Amino acid sequence: MTVTEPKPSYKYVGTRPVRHDGLEKVTGRARFAADLNMSGQLHGIVVRSPHAHARITSIDTSEAEAMAGVKAVITGDDFPAVEPGHRQYDMCVNVIARDKVLYEGHALAAVAASTRDQAQAAAAAVKVEYEVLPAVLTIDQALAPDAPVLHAHMMTAGADPPAEEPSNIPNITRFSSGTDMDAGFAEADLVIEREFTTQPVHQGYIEPHACVADTGQDGHTTIWCSSQGHFNVRSSTATLLGWENTRIRVIPAEIGGGFGGKTTIYLEPLAVALSAKAGRPVKMVMTRDEVFRATGPAPGTKLRIKLGVQSDGNLVAGDAYLIYTNGAYAGPGGLLGAMTVFESYKIPNFEIEALDVVINTARSAAYRAPAAPLTAYAMETMLDEVATELGIDAMDLRLRNAVAEGDPSTMGFPFARIGFVECLEAVRDHPHFTAPLGPNQGRGLAAGYWFNIGESSSATVNLNEDGTATVVTGSPDIGGSRASMALMAAEELGIDVYDIRPVVGDTEAVGFTDVTEGSRATFATGMAVVEACRKMVVELRGRAAKMMGADVDEVDWVDGQAVYTGSDGDKDPLPVAAICAKAKRTGGPLTATGSLEAHGAGPGFAVHLCDVEVDSETGVVRVVRYTASQDAGTAIHPSYVEGQIQGGVAQGVGWALNEEYIYDSDGVMENPSFLDYRVPVASDLPMIDAIIVEVPNPAHPYGVRGVGETGIVPPIPAVANAIYNATGCRIRDLPMSPVRVLEAITANGGSNGA
Amino acid sequence: MSRVHVTCTINGDPAEFLCDGGQTLLDALRDEVGLTGAKEGCGTGDCGACSVVMDGRLLCSCLVLAPEAEGTTISTVEGMASGDDLHPLQQCFLEGAALQCGVCTPGFLVAAKALLDRNPDPDETEIRYGLAGNLCRCTGYDKIVRAVQAAAAAINES
Repeated sequence: MTVTEPKPSYKYVGTRPVRHDGLEKVTGRARFAADLNMSGQLHGIVVRSPHAHARITSIDTSEAEAMAGVKAVITGDDFPAVEPGHRQYDMCVNVIARDKVLYEGHALAAVAASTRDQAQAAAAAVKVEYEVLPAVLTIDQALAPDAPVLHAHMMTAGADPPAEEPSNIPNITRFSSGTDMDAGFAEADLVIEREFTTQPVHQGYIEPHACVADTGQDGHTTIWCSSQGHFNVRSSTATLLGWENTRIRVIPAEIGGGFGGKTTIYLEPLAVALSAKAGRPVKMVMTRDEVFRATGPAPGTKLRIKLGVQSDGNLVAGDAYLIYTNGAYAGPGGLLGAMTVFESYKIPNFEIEALDVVINTARSAAYRAPAAPLTAYAMETMLDEVATELGIDAMDLRLRNAVAEGDPSTMGFPFARIGFVECLEAVRDHPHFTAPLGPNQGRGLAAGYWFNIGESSSATVNLNEDGTATVVTGSPDIGGSRASMALMAAEELGIDVYDIRPVVGDTEAVGFTDVTEGSRATFATGMAVVEACRKMVVELRGRAAKMMGADVDEVDWVDGQAVYTGSDGDKDPLPVAAICAKAKRTGGPLTATGSLEAHGAGPGFAVHLCDVEVDSETGVVRVVRYTASQDAGTAIHPSYVEGQIQGGVAQGVGWALNEEYIYDSDGVMENPSFLDYRVPVASDLPMIDAIIVEVPNPAHPYGVRGVGETGIVPPIPAVANAIYNATGCRIRDLPMSPVRVLEAITANGGSNGA
Repeated sequence: MSRVHVTCTINGDPAEFLCDGGQTLLDALRDEVGLTGAKEGCGTGDCGACSVVMDGRLLCSCLVLAPEAEGTTISTVEGMASGDDLHPLQQCFLEGAALQCGVCTPGFLVAAKALLDRNPDPDETEIRYGLAGNLCRCTGYDKIVRAVQAAAAAINES
C-alpha cells in the first residue's frame, strides 16, 4: 500500500476483519432473492417479444387463462396508461410494453401459475399478433436520413436549431472551453484524429434478477428482491402501478452482483400485479437467456477524437464527437461520455459533442463508471500514440498533463484534492514498471477517472442492553459495505468491530436511502453512520454525566468509555456496556439516527499497467501480469478496496478481449449464454496487484472516496496499448478478439514485432 | 405425470424426495430438499454456481436430471462445515476476503474442495484451471486463488 499523506492513526478503520455477513455466504445459508419461498406461492413467467421492432396489434390471453394451474395473466392494459413526457415513461414501457415492442425480449405480458412449468406453458399460449416493423440495429442505421423512427415523440433535446421532426437522437450534449478551437489547434505541433467503435456488453452478474411479491387483500404488498436500491424498487414499482409508495414494502434480499445493472427494475411490478390479481404470493426468476436479452447492456459507441499536442507533450486542444447507443430508450451515455472524455488532463481548448442514439436493442443500464471505459479507451490509446510520435515516455506524457487540485474540470468547477498524480507515481515506482518482458509480450499503461456521487443516505444506530450495537442502513451490501459501516461505527463509538452488527434495513425499517450506485455506499451511507454515531456519543456522554453526577461538558468519550475530566476528584470511567445497562434509569433506550444528502464525493483516479502475450498464429491475447493503482481516499477495509479494483480489472479485461452482444440481421441476440458470451474465468487472468493510494477526500470524515467503479475504466486501453507494444498493431474496435487481432497482425505484415 | 421417488445420501444423511422426470438435480435440491446453497446462475452448465459432488464427481447440478440421483451420494456446500468447524476453505475464503456478493461462493467452495481432494497441493495454474468452470464477476479471482492456496497449506499442515 502506498500512503501518500500523513493520516490519523485509527484503531479499526483500515483493518481487515472478517465481514459480518461472510459466514452465511460461505455456508450456503445467505438468502438471495431466488432462495426465498412464500406459503401458497405461485410462479410468474414473462411473455417476451420475438421481434426487435413491432407494433402489437392484439394480445389474446383467453387460452392461457383457461390452462391448468393458471391463476393470473396480465398485459400492459393492467397498468395505468403512461404518456411520453412522464418522468419515468421509459422505465414504465420497458417493464411492460404497451403498443410497441422495441427489442427482442421486450416484456409484454406475464402469467402466474401454480408451478413454473404450468406458467411456462401458459406463457407460450398467450397469442400475440404483431405488425413487424423494420429494425434499427446500429448507430449508422439509426442516424440514416430515412431511418425508421423508434419513438414518434422523440424530439432531440439540445439540438441547435431546435428539432422540428422526431428522430432517433434523444439528446445532444455539448461542452466546450469557450475558446477559439482553430487557434488552439494552431498552437499544436502534432494533431491526430482517430475513430473507435465498441459493442454493447453485459454487466454479467451471476445472480439473475429475481423477486417475490405478496399482495394482500388490503391492497398492500411486500416485495423481497435483489436490487441495488430497495427504495428505488418501491418508488418505481409504485409509479408503474399508480400506487402510493406506502402500499409497498420492499425487503432487500442478498444481492448476487449488480455492477449498475440492478439500479433499475424489471420484474417487481409484474409480480405485484400478478399477485394482486391472484391474491397469492408470486415468485419470478429470470433465466440467464432473459437476463441477456432483456436487461442491462452497457452502451455501444462510435467515438471520434482529435487531439492537438505541442512537441514537448503539452496537450493544447481536444475535439470529441461521441455517439452512444442506449438501446431502445434515451440514456445518459452521451452525457457521461462528455463528462469523462477530457476530464483527466489539462486541455485548455476543448469542444465535446455527444449524441445518444436509440436502436432496437435492450434498454441499456448503468455498468460500473458508465461510459467512462470507452472514452478512456479512445483517449488513453491516443495518448500512447502521441507519446510514440513525439518520442516522449508514456508515463511522462501523462504526468505532464494530469489534472491536480485547483485545475478546472470539464464542467468548469475546480478539482478539490485528488490523487491522479499519486496514482501515476505509484505505478511508475512499482517493480512491474521496469520488469523485463518476454518474447511476444507487450506492456500497456492507461489511466482512468470516475467522478463518484453522494445522494441521500440514512442510518440508525441502536445500542443493545449489553453494550453492543446494531447499525441499520438502507444500502444493499453489494461487495462488503456492511463491514465498512461496522468499521466506521467501531471507530466512532470505540466498540469492537465484532460487537457491531451491520444490518441492511427494509423500506419500513430505516430512512430513505438512494440506490447503491456511483460508488456511494461507503462514502455517503458511511457519512450517515458517522453522523448517527456522533449523535450517539453526545447522548452517551450525557447519560454518563447523569450517572457520575457531573456536567456533560466534563465528560469526554475516549476509546469506548466515558471519562470524567472535571475537577471534582476522581471518578471511574464508564464503559459503554455500563451505560447501556443503566439506560432505563438515565433516559431510556439508546438510539440515534443520521440522515443526509452527501456532497463532495471525491473523484477517483486509477492507473493500470498490463502485460500481454500475443500468439501471432492465433491472435489470442493472454494477460500475463497486471498492476493497478487507485486512489481510495482512505481504505476503510483494504481487502474489499482491493477486491473492487481487482474485480473492475477482470471485467475490463473481458470487455477488451471477448465480450460483445452479437445480433442477427433481424435484431435477435445470437449469444445469450455464458458459453457464447465469454466472460473471463480464473485461467484467463493472472494475479492482479492492487495498489491502494490514499489521498483523503476532504469532504468525508475519514477521507473516503468511492472505489467501486474507477477500476473498470483503464483496463481496455491498458490492454490495447499492451497489444500495440507486443504487435505494432493499433486496434480501434472492440472486442480485441483473436479474429480481430489476427487480422490486424496479418495486415501489419504477418508477425509480432513492434 | 406421476412423480419420481428418489432415495440418495446428501451430505452424509439419508434423503428422499419426489421430483418430476424432467426436473434438474439443482431444482430438486433447492425446491424439494430445501438446500438453496447451490445457485442457478445460467442453467446451462457455464457458470458453476450450482456445483455439487455426486459419487465423487464434481458436476453442475443444473445439467443432471433429478432422477439420476437415485442411489447416489451427493455433497453440497451445506455439508462442508462439520459442527462448529468450518472447512479450511470456508475459513480461508472468509479471512482472505475471497467473496464479494457471495452468490458464486458456494459453487467455488464445492469446486475447490473437489480440486483439493484430488490434488492436495495444486500450484497457481492448477488452481486456476481447476476453477475455470466457475464464474465470479466480482473478485477478479485473485483472492479466490489465494484463499485456495492458503486452505491447501492449512490442510497439508494439519
